[in-house]
Amino acid sequence: MIRNITRKIYICLIFIFLYAPIVTLMVLSFNASKTRSKWGGFTLKWYKSLFENEAIIQALINTLAIAFLSALIATVIGTIACISMQSMKKRNRTILMGVVNIPMLNAEIVTGISLMLLFISLGIKFGFLTVLLAHITFNIPYVILSVMPRMKQLNPSTYEAALDLGASHLKAFFKVVFPDIFPGILSGFVMAFTMSLDDFIITHFTKGPGIHTLSTKIYTEVKKGIKPEMYALSTIIFVSVLALLILVNYTPKKKEK
Amino acid sequence: MNKKLLSAPFLFWSALFIIIPLCMVFYYGFTDKDGAFTLSNIMAIATPEHSKAFFEAVKLSLLSTVICFFLAYPLAMILANLKGKRSSLIALIFILPMWMNFLLRTLAWQTLLEKTGVINSILGFLGLPALNIINTPGAIVLGMVYNFLPFMVLPIYNVLCKIDVNVLNAARDLGANEAQAFLKVTLPLSVPGIISGITMVFVPALTTFVISTILGGSKILLIGNVIEQEFTQTGNWHLGSGLSIVLMMFIIFNMVISAITDKEGDTNAL
Repeated sequence: MIRNITRKIYICLIFIFLYAPIVTLMVLSFNASKTRSKWGGFTLKWYKSLFENEAIIQALINTLAIAFLSALIATVIGTIACISMQSMKKRNRTILMGVVNIPMLNAEIVTGISLMLLFISLGIKFGFLTVLLAHITFNIPYVILSVMPRMKQLNPSTYEAALDLGASHLKAFFKVVFPDIFPGILSGFVMAFTMSLDDFIITHFTKGPGIHTLSTKIYTEVKKGIKPEMYALSTIIFVSVLALLILVNYTPKKKEK
Repeated sequence: MNKKLLSAPFLFWSALFIIIPLCMVFYYGFTDKDGAFTLSNIMAIATPEHSKAFFEAVKLSLLSTVICFFLAYPLAMILANLKGKRSSLIALIFILPMWMNFLLRTLAWQTLLEKTGVINSILGFLGLPALNIINTPGAIVLGMVYNFLPFMVLPIYNVLCKIDVNVLNAARDLGANEAQAFLKVTLPLSVPGIISGITMVFVPALTTFVISTILGGSKILLIGNVIEQEFTQTGNWHLGSGLSIVLMMFIIFNMVISAITDKEGDTNAL
């Protein structure tokens, strides 16, 4: 009994710790007074000025474009890598998986500066392209790590059976292998997309002066001082993430039943 | 169809964007401006200003890792013991803040902690003394714990979920009390998750420059801030690379430990 109560209290305390900052931001986004300690009445003006701020809207477009493209390209490269690793010798595969793990385990700041040094020496102009290349690089491991377990569960005989029955390699892959690993590919894509959305450090080192993603834009704004527009932005992001997670968590369950 | 050909895009990509860039960090780290070999960029860690930033970072990140562990373990146990319909919902509630933008989460703490911020307004309203925590190491630790706590909760939660209830029941049947069952069964079985959690909190905390910039003002420099400044402001890539190599040594040490304890690679948090 006492144990149950302590558990509930503990959960509540952590809950408050996690959500108090977010709730504060949400409340302040409706605060008419610019000082945070006073409540100056309800307003939507910060939302209005947020949507009128072209730099932020452009940053949002960049963020979404980079997240989508990098996740897509990483998914293609990562999936192909998983297929090829299946037929490799164990030793080669272990070495390759070690390489896959480097960007995941290494500090982001080191990945960021290493790519920065590469782009400088290759003479690539810093901008959209360099950020995209960097994001693809750190997204590939997430794709591989979510496709690989599916790949290992595959029964290789089904693929061979398809070949015996006259299917071409490509057809056998798309009709037999692909449907089985598709959930892994999809979750890899989603993970890569969200990792790209949230990244700041690697973007910070690989972006040019003219381009911003949402994260780097927020960083410059925060360094400048208080911007109630940022609170409005937080609220919008939190609500959309919440809606998205609810959607993802409740749709597949209906199908299962 | 030649399967070897299929691995070409990934091999090419990882060589160009993972291996070569890392080699370049080592090249810059071990050379001076004229391209001559030198160890001075590595040894620069020993100069007072750099070693101060380095030990400050080690101290704060160790402290936040320990705090994260003690906050996360009970939480992971409670979450792993949840049964029924609500369990996925409650787990979702604890993962949700992690999906907010990292910078906005840190901004939130700045807003709460500032001298004229929300917490101090509430304290002032209640007639309590103000809390002067912003721009101190304490604020940075708080920011680290807040941002990296989920990285500790998830791997521990994953290993705890996999523990067979029968093993615990067997321990109890054999006369172990709750504390013994925990210390002799649950805790040893969750070690891979703990190690993976420690790595996932310690590495980003050690190398952060964002949290220290936003919550520490510009007063407290961590090693991450020093490296960031060398690259974006001072432009001394050799020194920045040298310091990064020192940081990487720490990370490799961490990787070796987690590779030894986590051979199956199944405790990855995500």
